[in-house]
Order: sequence, then C-alpha cells, then structure tokens
Amino acid sequence: MTPELGQLALILALLLALAQGVLPLIGAWRGNRALMAVARPAAAGQAVFVALAFGVLSWAFLHFDFSVRYVADNSNLALPWYYRLAAVWGAHEGSLLLWIFILNVWTVALAALSRNLPEVFISRVLGVLGLVAVGFLAFILFTSNPFERLLPMPPDGGDLNPVLQDPGMTFHPPVLYMGYVGFSVAFAFSIAALLGGELEQAWVRWARPWTNVAWGFLSAGIVAGSWWAYAELGWGGWWFWDPVENASFMPWLVGAALIHAQAVTEKRGSLRAWTILLSIFAFSLSLLGTFLVRSGVLTSVHAFASDPRRGLFILCFLAVVVGGSLLLYALRAPKVAGGKPFRVISRETAILIGNLMLTVAAAMVLLGTLFPLIGDALNLGKISVGPPYFGFLFTLLMMPVVLLLPFGPYLRWGSKGETTLLKQVLWRAGLAAVACAIAAAFVTGWQMKAIAGTAAAVWCGVGTLLYVIKRWREMPAGRRYPAEMAGMLLAHFGVGVFLAGVLLTEALSVERDVRMAPGQSQSIGGYDFRFDGVHVTEGPNWHGDQGVVTVSRNGREIAVMHPQKRTYTRGQVQTESAIDPGVTRDLYVALGEPMDRKDPEGAWALRLYHKPFVRWIWAGGLLMMLGGFFSAADRRFRTQRVAATEPVAAAVTQESRA
Amino acid sequence: MSRLIPFFGFLLLVALFGFGIWWNTQHDQREVPSPLINKPAPAYALPKLDDPAQTVSRASMLGKPYLINVFASWCIACGEEHPILMSEAQRIGVPLIGYNYKDEPDDAKAWLARHGNPYSLIIADREGRTAIDFGVYGAPESFLVDAKGVIRYKRIGPLTPEVIEKELKPAIAVLAKEAP
Repeated sequence: MTPELGQLALILALLLALAQGVLPLIGAWRGNRALMAVARPAAAGQAVFVALAFGVLSWAFLHFDFSVRYVADNSNLALPWYYRLAAVWGAHEGSLLLWIFILNVWTVALAALSRNLPEVFISRVLGVLGLVAVGFLAFILFTSNPFERLLPMPPDGGDLNPVLQDPGMTFHPPVLYMGYVGFSVAFAFSIAALLGGELEQAWVRWARPWTNVAWGFLSAGIVAGSWWAYAELGWGGWWFWDPVENASFMPWLVGAALIHAQAVTEKRGSLRAWTILLSIFAFSLSLLGTFLVRSGVLTSVHAFASDPRRGLFILCFLAVVVGGSLLLYALRAPKVAGGKPFRVISRETAILIGNLMLTVAAAMVLLGTLFPLIGDALNLGKISVGPPYFGFLFTLLMMPVVLLLPFGPYLRWGSKGETTLLKQVLWRAGLAAVACAIAAAFVTGWQMKAIAGTAAAVWCGVGTLLYVIKRWREMPAGRRYPAEMAGMLLAHFGVGVFLAGVLLTEALSVERDVRMAPGQSQSIGGYDFRFDGVHVTEGPNWHGDQGVVTVSRNGREIAVMHPQKRTYTRGQVQTESAIDPGVTRDLYVALGEPMDRKDPEGAWALRLYHKPFVRWIWAGGLLMMLGGFFSAADRRFRTQRVAATEPVAAAVTQESRA
Repeated sequence: MSRLIPFFGFLLLVALFGFGIWWNTQHDQREVPSPLINKPAPAYALPKLDDPAQTVSRASMLGKPYLINVFASWCIACGEEHPILMSEAQRIGVPLIGYNYKDEPDDAKAWLARHGNPYSLIIADREGRTAIDFGVYGAPESFLVDAKGVIRYKRIGPLTPEVIEKELKPAIAVLAKEAP
C-alpha cells in the first residue's frame, strides 16, 4: 500500500507544480495579486509531497520491499543499510526523484528568502521554476515511475551498481545535482527579467550568491567523480573526457563564466544581455547533461538503461524549455540590454575575454562529445574524438585565461587602473614563474609539460599571493579581505594548484604493469614494491582476493598496501585499488588477475603507479569550490535592505550545509 | 537578428538529437555484430552440471544443431526468461543446452529444482573462462550452433516470445533447409 502512497504524492506534486507554473505567471502578466500569491504555497506544497514520495521510496529500500521493481532491481538482503539508502538515487528512476527533490529544496529556499524582491518579479521566478518541475514530474510519472510494482514479489533483489558501493560515491550524485539544479535559480531570474522586460542590478546582486553556491557544489561533485574514477577504476586516471564527465564539465565552464559576468552586471550594469544568455546556457547544459546521460543517445562507460521513449520525452522537454528561452531572449533581450561604457584595458574586458574563452571551451567540449552522433548523421561512419582533441584545444583556449588571471584584481572597473601596478605584477609573477620553470627543467630533465605546469602554476599562485600581500599592507585589519574577495582569491589560487597537479602528474607519472610472484620486488620512482601474496577476504555482500604489497624506500618500510579484487553477490567484479596518499606523490597499486587461475598462490598481474602531485588536482578543485561558497557568504549580498539581512544569511548557511 | 543565433544553433542541436534517438531505434546498441557469427564455435570442453565426471565438448556435439542458453542462479533476467524457455523449449525444434555461468553447482541445482529444468543437457562453467571465448558479457545470452559447429545466431539478453518468433525460429528454419 505504501508505494501507492508515494505514487499519489507524486501526482499531487505534479498538480501543484502546474498551479505554481501557470497561475503566478498569469497573475504577473495581468497584475492579479491573488494569482501571484499562489506561487509560494504551491511551491511549499509541492516540496512536501515530493519529500513524502522520496521518504516512501527510502522506506521501501530500508524495509526490503521487493514488490517495488526499482527496489528489487537495485538492492538485496545482504546490502548494508547505508548503501540501501544510497540506492534510492542509484539508478535512473530514483535519481530523477532526487533531481526534482533538490529542485524543490532550492525553490522553497528561494520562496522563503525573497520577501524583499518585488512581488511581480518573484512570482515570475517561482512560476518558471514551477514549469521546470512540471516537466520533470511528468517525466517521472509517465516514463520512469520508481513505484512500479513487481508481482509476484521476488524473495531477494538484484544489486546496487557496485561502482556506487563506495562511501565517496554515495554523495557524488546529490552534490552534483545540487550544482546542476542550482543553476535553475539564475535561469529563472533571467527568464523572469526577460518576461518583465527589465533587469535591475539589485536583483542580480540578489541572484549572485545562489549561482556561486551552485557552482561550488558542481565543483565538489566533479572533484568527487574524478577522485572516484581514480580510486575505483583501477587505471589511475582522473579524467577521461567521457560523455558523462563532459556533461558535468560543460555547465561548470559556463557557470564559471556566469559568475564573472554576473559580477560585471551587478557592479556596472554592463553585459546584461550576455549574463542572461549565460544563465540560459548554464541551465540548458545542465538539462542537456541529464538528456545525454538518460536518453542513451551517446553510449559511454556510464551506460545506463536507454529507452527511446524517455529520450524523446526529454528531447521535447529540452526543446520547449531551451528553445522557448532562447526565442524569448531573441525577442526581449534588446529591452533589458544596456550598461556603462568601458575602456579597452579594464576589468570588464579581462572578464569578457575570460568569458569568451570559457564559453568557447564549453562549445568545444560539446562538439567533441557529439562528434560520434554527427558522424552517424552525416554518414561518415563511426568516428569519435578522444583525449588528444580535448586536451590540445582545451589547453589552447585556457592559455589566455591563465595569463589574464593574476591581473584581474588589479584592473579597475571601466578603466585600466594604475599601470605601474600592472607592470609590477607582470614582472614579479613573471620572474617567479620563469625562475621556477628553469628549476623544474633541471629537476625533471626538460619535460615540457612539467616546465609549463610549474610556470603556469607559479604565475597564477604568485600573482594571486601578490594581491593578498598588497591588501594586507594597505588595508586596516578587518577590512582586508571581504568574503567576496577572499572567495575570488581562493578560487584563483586553486586554479594555480590545479594546474600544477595536472601538468606535473601528466609529465612525471610512472606506471608499470608487472607480473609478480610472492616475494618479488619492483622498483619505480625510487620506491621498492614487494609483493607478499594474495589471500581471500570477505565483505557483507562480496568476496574477493586481497593482495599484500609492502613498499619501502632506501630500505625503510613506509607502507603496506592491500589492493582488492571484489566479486559482488550478483557476479559483478570490481577492483579496489590501494593508495598510499601523500602531498607530493601518491603510490597506487591495483590487483590484476592471477597468471594461472588454478594457482592463486602463485604469480599475479599487478599495476604499480608512482603519481607525483596528483592530489593537487583535487585540492585545486576544492579550493575553487571553497571560493564559490566563500564569496556567496559576503555580507554585501545581505545588507541590501535591513529586512533582508537575516533570511539571506540563513540561506547561505543552509545551502552550504545541504 | 544576431540575437536569434543561439536559438538557431539550438535548433540544429535538437535536430541532431532527434536524429540520434531515431538512429538508436533503428540500430540496437547491443546488436554489435558478433565477430563469432558464422565462425566455428570456440573449442570448449566443459563438465556436465549433474555429473562433473562427464565432459561435453564442441567435437562431441557435432552433427546436429543446438541452442546454447547461458544462465545462472544469481541472474535476475534469467528468472524472467525461464518461464518462456519452459514453455518454448520443446517447440523450437533443436535441443536446448544450458550453460551454467559462474555459478555454484548447488545453487544452480536448487534453482532448477524450484523453477523447472527446460534443458536437455547442462554444462557448467564455474570460473567463466570458456565464456570469455564465447564473448559472453552477461547472462542470459543464447547461441545457435549448427551441425558443423558454426555459430549462426546470437542473442544478448533474455529470449522473449517475440524474439523467438521473429529471430530465432527463422534462423532455425534456415538450418533445417540446409540439412540434407
């Protein structure tokens, strides 16, 4: 009976979403306050029913209700309770439910904290979010119902995808979705502004923290995914330009551009139309990501069940939402455009160049991702582009961004600011970069990537630190680093850390596939790996082989590593690499296959890695995430009106906790 | 006019995606043409499930066509396929050989005792090694092998009444015509 309750809750949520999506928009158009007043209660009611449906599905998982097909497919009696809970969003139907649930969380927060915005405007914003919710709820109810029954009820279920049975991975989807869905706020703001035909700077100021927080979550989600691929796939890679990875990376790139464009629009009133267009792009790419993953149009390592009916539904939804928005933009943008003029050398220009590069990079990633599809369409046969295409073009496009990055804080709005300061940065950061690059050249034996990585990282890092020092010297204590600026500096510094991580790892990693008998040793990167055999081990719902590898350096033992090869109850095999982490290097061991299956005591195939600075990649990503959260916490966003102070403060803390 | 560029760019994308969906309905992604079709079946030699002392090999099966069905007690989709095999096994016109894949013999026997045994003979590949030669990448899968030991048809995923009518039976009919 309970699953039907969840079903009913979803139907009621759909009806409320319809009310939220249609009535306030009509109200805002006709000037009818009663209709506009529907927005908030409808949003709250919808959230309650979606939360109820989510709760019902969680309950079904916790109580092994295998009469629900989704539960039977994705869990079994041996699965521990925390993975059963994570299984709620472990497959298609449930992950959509999570998507809509998070959309509701954002909408309710927005409804609660927007008392100081004009009624007409916020009605439009909530109305747009309601229409997005209608699309997703209808999609769930008509094509992907998580509450579908499976009768007769099987005695035991299948299994949660073993790749998701990892503590880090359980949080990856929710965090990523917080980012994807978070861009819906900026999107709804832009559509509301286009509908109303005006865009006030105060509204953009109000929208900015939401975008920053969404982008922060997206950064965290991507870092988690990358870390998981590194730790779990057993290849030691951290990014594969896989279609699904690209699907999360495109909104991230456009989101980064949007954060900067919003700053320009808020502070100077310039680039309004561009900011609106970027908001539409960011959310459209989030939807597109969902489409690419869920429709099966592209196949990838994340191969999920594909169903043409689902694909067609999302495509129609995408066409209406994105096509409608872009058409609206074409018709109404001239009304909201405008702003102050700026000089050729100014902060606006620098941001605009950065924006352009980030957007073109996102377009480049989109093109590369869709290449196989284009090949089919033009009858060119099976073609696809790989890491060399992405790597080369991405590096090329990001070079101007990296070069401009340290100058950002020094440039003034509208004009170039003090030329002497710019020259100082150029000289100091430039010299530091060149000096470190030469040092790197000697240490690494003229490895191009290592030299370029060191130079770029030092350029960004030192350039940012110079500004930190300048502020420290010139400003009185307490006013040195407002949160918004601190966030910017953290994120820019993060770019430097990230660059060092990527290029040094690429240049200096050593990986070796070896055959090792117990007792044998291999030496890579100055570390001796001794293989001490394999024994059998067991978990709650898997059994497996666990290798023992002792690592020593100069005769001193530094780590004992236990790579595993697990076989889950339902037959799926999963590697668990052993990693000895370090600030300057990771040691990484993955267990392959026994050379002779009859003799597991004998020799095994092992994969050994020495990966210098690999951790800096994720550290850089996390610094960028912190940057997003930090700048969202700035008091300036909250002191617009006295009445607004408390609620928005609460919003920011709530979001960063969520 | 220039403000319409994003919209038209997006229309191109929609057209491309629409094409992609249509293309996928025409070309089953799983229908990767198996390199094994019209090639001799791998030279397997596997023990019988109920009598491990006896071995069944490719050579011993030569002379008449048969259908190999890969199954396992841990495989959910096999449970869905099973009732169809129970009702169709006698009607398809060739012997149905069970291929017990990466399974514990006792689990497999208990499973068959509960759901019924449609197979005229069952071979067991506990380690799943021979399955690699067959290119098995999940259960259930089915292979139609002709009298000369050549694989003539392959189905990835469960056999459904529709697949049996539209794909399997025509393939078997072709074999029947070839037979002298």
